[in-house]
Amino acid sequence: MFELLGVPPQVLFGQLLLGLINGSFYALLSLGLAVIFGMLNVINFAHGALYMIGAFVAWFLLNKLGLGYWWALLLAPATVGLVGVIVEKTLLSRLYKLDHLYGLLLTFGLALIFEGAFRHQFGVSGQPYPIPDALKGGQNLGFMFLPNYRGWVVAASIVVCFGTWFAIERTRLGAYLRAATENPVLVQAFGINVPVMITLTYGFGVALAGLAGVLAAPIYQVSPLMGSNLIIVVFAVVVIGGMGSILGAIVTGLGLGLLEGLTKVFYPEASNIVVFVVMAIVLLIKPAGLFGRER
Amino acid sequence: MTAETHKMTTVAVRQTSEDTTRRTLLLAAGLAVGLAAPFVLYPVFVMKVLCFALFACAFNLLIGFAGLLSFGHAAFFGGAAYITAHAAKVWGLPPELSILLGAGFSAVLGLAFGALAIRRQGIYFAMITLALAQMVFFLALQLKFTGGEDGIQGVPRGQLFGLFDLNQPLVMYYFVLAIFLFGFALIWRTVHSPFGQVLKAIRENEPRAISLGYRTERYKLLAFVLSASLAGLAGGTKALVFQLASLTDVQWQMSGEVVLMTLLGGMGTLFGPVVGAALVVTLESYLAGTNLPVPVVIGAIFVVCVLLFRRGIVGELQAFLARRKS
Repeated sequence: MFELLGVPPQVLFGQLLLGLINGSFYALLSLGLAVIFGMLNVINFAHGALYMIGAFVAWFLLNKLGLGYWWALLLAPATVGLVGVIVEKTLLSRLYKLDHLYGLLLTFGLALIFEGAFRHQFGVSGQPYPIPDALKGGQNLGFMFLPNYRGWVVAASIVVCFGTWFAIERTRLGAYLRAATENPVLVQAFGINVPVMITLTYGFGVALAGLAGVLAAPIYQVSPLMGSNLIIVVFAVVVIGGMGSILGAIVTGLGLGLLEGLTKVFYPEASNIVVFVVMAIVLLIKPAGLFGRER
Repeated sequence: MTAETHKMTTVAVRQTSEDTTRRTLLLAAGLAVGLAAPFVLYPVFVMKVLCFALFACAFNLLIGFAGLLSFGHAAFFGGAAYITAHAAKVWGLPPELSILLGAGFSAVLGLAFGALAIRRQGIYFAMITLALAQMVFFLALQLKFTGGEDGIQGVPRGQLFGLFDLNQPLVMYYFVLAIFLFGFALIWRTVHSPFGQVLKAIRENEPRAISLGYRTERYKLLAFVLSASLAGLAGGTKALVFQLASLTDVQWQMSGEVVLMTLLGGMGTLFGPVVGAALVVTLESYLAGTNLPVPVVIGAIFVVCVLLFRRGIVGELQAFLARRKS
């Protein structure tokens, strides 16, 4: 058996695949954060908690209603999106005239409430969620074994990410959205209902988090704390990529996931902190982030 | 935060001698309460309040007077706790040196984090400090000397200056009180110094401060280091009080907790963080005896504070007194 850089290829590609999967979640979550930030100027601290809720909705659907994975893929993002719409309408919308930091503090409080409530109910141990039948098994690619479900997660999140990019950069609705990000007052003057757009943007952004939660459910266990550490890494991803560009969020998310996978192979002790180290380096060289511009 | 704090500064400008007398009376009353407290309340509880009050005051120096929201202050608090605990337990250093070492570590850490974080503003600043603090958390989880999940337990309190036995609750209490008063006085002096005035100017309008010729980055960095050191002072003291340094101290929830204490008490007021810390610590020890989930209650208070009274308890009180006077 040949070796690459002193590491068996199965190990290397296995970790790279894991990294790519983590990267898919980083990309989906940072994309949602970027979309929300662009429109609302709010950093959504509750994003990790809503990702967790997405996974729990899938778990509920399966265990209480007997609805399987494919239903969850549709219903969980919708539920999380609805939660987002309610949060935006009742709470967040009161804060737009104030300093943006209050939005961060409010969503931080919400994250504590959501996570605390689920933790109170389910404890810290995870609930298992089975892989759907259609995606069981795997492919032998010669150099490595690819479980079908993992391949599906990577493919699905890339499709969703680029779908979102296309919708924002290439469609009329996306053009309204970008215009409203630049100058909401002017867009409103043209007869477009900006408050509704803001609400829907927040709903859509958190629905992406909910979708990521469903995709993650069969890989990681469904646990109340699954989002709380992830969200901090995603924040670092967002700082590295800069929130100016949609494509930047996607590329940075996937790239950092891969980098994390590589670190796990060659220097496992540092795999938890490599993203933060990259963030520090990027801040030293290009403070606005790789794809960002100063606002 | 700018609109409200602006109002507060105008109130402060109108300060008369009557205000000064009232403030001196308030300080004297506070000091009397601090001296008498261990005879009425459980000393360890009051010491906990004092540690967190100092922590919150240090945090408030940044958010309240320089307008910088750090979401990573747990790194300084918990990091110093580990260093102090290690110094006292493994190296056998006396308590005053151990605490000083912890605070010094936080100062150096604050210099490194601050230099990175002040490159971005506002929300980014919060996210960067949070991410850097998370790095410290992972280091604390993995390094050998921190003891992983167990933390450093059984830290000896030792003899202060080789004279006072800190194992006696009252002696320990007055030591903690002295540290708190030192930190509080330092913050008081800083806020009322020309340096503090420049910080407030940066908070209100940074471009204008720059155009007046101030190198705002240096001011912000110095404020950050000062705040980190004082947070470290609080963390190191806390490690000796509870004879324990653990992962709880470096977790991001701790950073959130200090934000809440300051927000609840009143950002940008000197006494607010003390009131907020006392309330949150009391609430948590009360909740520990009930079946209510603590994070939910804490989160709910966060939401209510942000939506309904952003000036915090002391801030609202000051605004009320100012309204009644005019």
